[in-house]
Amino acid sequence: MDSNSLYYSLELVAGSGHTLNLEQRTALQTSLVILKKNYKFHRVLLWGKILGLNNDYFIAQGRGEDEMEDKKNLYSFNCMDWFLLPPVTDQMIEEVSRAAKGRFIGDPSFVYEHIQTRKHGNGEKAEEEEIMTKVTEETRLTVVVHHIDEEVSVVPRGAFVRNPHGLVQINRSFDGLSHSEAGKLDSFLHFSKPKNLKKKSILEMGELNPAIDFLDVVSDDIPKGSWSLQFECASKVCVLRSLLWLGLTFYHVPMTPQHGYIYIGNGLKNLDLPFML
Amino acid sequence: MEAIDENQDISQTRLDSAASFKAFMLKTSTKSNLNLYDHLTQLLIKVMDNQPQNVVDVIEDLSLDVKRCLYEDQQSSLRDLPQTTAAELLAEQQRLLFSRTEDADQEDELVESPLPNVNEIGFYLEQAGVGLGREEMQRVFLALKQLVESQALLRCRLWGKILGTESSYIVAEAEYREGEGEEEQITEEAAEEEEREVKAQDNEIDLPPQSTYKPAPVVPKEAIGAGANKFVYYVCKEPGLPWVRLPSVSPAQINIARQIRKFFTGKLDSPVASYPPFPGNEANYLRAQIARISAGTQVSPQGFFQAGEEDGDEEYEAPRDCFDVNPDFEGIPVAEMAESLSTWVHHVQHILPQGRCTWVNLAVKPEVEEMEEEPDEPEPEVGPPLLSPLSQDAEMFTTPPWTSKISTTLTSQHAIAVLCSNLWPGSYAFACGKKFENIYVGWGLKYAGEAYSPPVPPLPQKEYPSGPEITEDLDPSLEEEQALKEALEEQQAAQDEIEETDEEEEDND
Repeated sequence: MDSNSLYYSLELVAGSGHTLNLEQRTALQTSLVILKKNYKFHRVLLWGKILGLNNDYFIAQGRGEDEMEDKKNLYSFNCMDWFLLPPVTDQMIEEVSRAAKGRFIGDPSFVYEHIQTRKHGNGEKAEEEEIMTKVTEETRLTVVVHHIDEEVSVVPRGAFVRNPHGLVQINRSFDGLSHSEAGKLDSFLHFSKPKNLKKKSILEMGELNPAIDFLDVVSDDIPKGSWSLQFECASKVCVLRSLLWLGLTFYHVPMTPQHGYIYIGNGLKNLDLPFML
Repeated sequence: MEAIDENQDISQTRLDSAASFKAFMLKTSTKSNLNLYDHLTQLLIKVMDNQPQNVVDVIEDLSLDVKRCLYEDQQSSLRDLPQTTAAELLAEQQRLLFSRTEDADQEDELVESPLPNVNEIGFYLEQAGVGLGREEMQRVFLALKQLVESQALLRCRLWGKILGTESSYIVAEAEYREGEGEEEQITEEAAEEEEREVKAQDNEIDLPPQSTYKPAPVVPKEAIGAGANKFVYYVCKEPGLPWVRLPSVSPAQINIARQIRKFFTGKLDSPVASYPPFPGNEANYLRAQIARISAGTQVSPQGFFQAGEEDGDEEYEAPRDCFDVNPDFEGIPVAEMAESLSTWVHHVQHILPQGRCTWVNLAVKPEVEEMEEEPDEPEPEVGPPLLSPLSQDAEMFTTPPWTSKISTTLTSQHAIAVLCSNLWPGSYAFACGKKFENIYVGWGLKYAGEAYSPPVPPLPQKEYPSGPEITEDLDPSLEEEQALKEALEEQQAAQDEIEETDEEEEDND
């Protein structure tokens, strides 16, 4: 959620049970301004919090000119001192998926180790080779933040536009979904590179507006029912929760341009989802 | 002269073509009854009136606007049909929360109110980073007040909130009062007996082959006011909507709830589709999870409660289930509480693997007498005693069960101690001086380690052992049949002979 709207937006997502205390909020109001200036971001978002066993990571995201491409993530323990996370590479993703298990510890230098034994040759001549994968928690944090952004970051339809140059920018004339639109999952889009947009039929594509509908629709997610859509705060705020990444909460106040999402959770993907619906 | 004539001709033809083109432009469209000439006139008037920048870029939009304006008058005869939105309906319901009761002033202030100070709790919880939002907390506060007044409860507490896929539950915990709730149990039992009778009658009419399968003996439910049913729980979807009392929980429900992982939907009467099948609907499932969460995560600072006076040595084996508030409790320093887990104790009884808090021996029953071999006396299950410190809790999935921390490091003089459960994500406790509170806000699911694997269905039953009594004989061949026939005939002939000789003998006599 945008750092400028922290005053009220934290209240709107508090229905999931997590909020920030006053000290953290005030610290963020100060530090995010400095962060924006130092890194020359166009705007700064409070991305969320990953709960560790000993410490919690606060994550902020800086956005540049292109809202989708120019993203940088930073983490902090005390909401004041921010450290930049490196960009994600395929190798990092692979290593993390192999080695990192269990809850976050809360120490970026903690090393997850994984030993894989591989057999060479066959029969009695088989030689066992041990492959050791080592991953630091900072790498894991980078990858998890990337995954969550890829899989469950949400924006209402029309809040962002792609201009003819291909830049994705905030739609200044977006004035919110109507109440009936906000009650339907297909008015919400994934804010990540589209994956199954090209698979749509020409008939479906014909109804889409290329400036707005350049993203994947949330209602196409598999399995069906991996989102929980509710109206909260006296039925005035549309709240969307991901069941795949428990802890991701998105809010949108219908008929206003206010929207945003935050992740406060333990950074574990809910792999049991198919059993739980 | 000719040149002038030619010029005139040319201008004439030009005028003609212009006139014809104007006529073409004035042609009204069969669809919209408009014509291009008027449209362009209006468009240019609009451009002259508005004088927007970069007109050429927005001319299409302007053109659309002009066309749209034509319809406005026609539409004015339609009137919007106001639709009641969910927000309006809810507001109507919640209005009742804010109505003042007339006799509120006359209340005796000496009597301790059962209503908890939710605002104070909310203030502390916010420091711990937990909460439902201030406004929502206030609504819940008012809803609890409504509950206390309507049900005349002895004591009441905000237990927490359980999120569901369609709506969430706000859960209130209330103390059971003597004499209440017994009716419910009696009616339930009566219903069960009736069912059995009906089944028995059916059996008399048509006797199907009896199954030799004997279900495992049903573990009896704990009485209301004891063990897992010590408290009664009320839930509501939104503050302001009616509170619903949850049914009491049975050991079978707790045991199945331990094996399944399901989201709550937010509708109390929806079925729980799971394997193994859950006995009951979502209300029962919710109650079972509440019992498990309470047993696992309700904690208090050590010394706040003291063990109740024991009645005598007779119940030596039975774990204590009563405790009193310790009047001499002075509070434990916050730093110490955040440091060590042994300063926190469980004050809700542990649920045994049997699904009850106190163990019952199912083997001791009159039926046992018939059995020749005495089955091994089952080992009684024993859980940790009440008020045992958290430092004794078992570690699961290589994750410590609790994380304790201090709410702030900047102003640590006035910080509070916060404890969060890693086994039940969403369960929090805080302590500050003599005050402490537990709350649960989450999905109602236990941390399951890496991945949940559902229990496998039981092995198929063995085939009936095949023996001579159930094997089918081969059909006899023609020769065999004839041989048998001959043998029978011979036998007959022999018998006849004997009879004949007997008769002869009789005649001889």
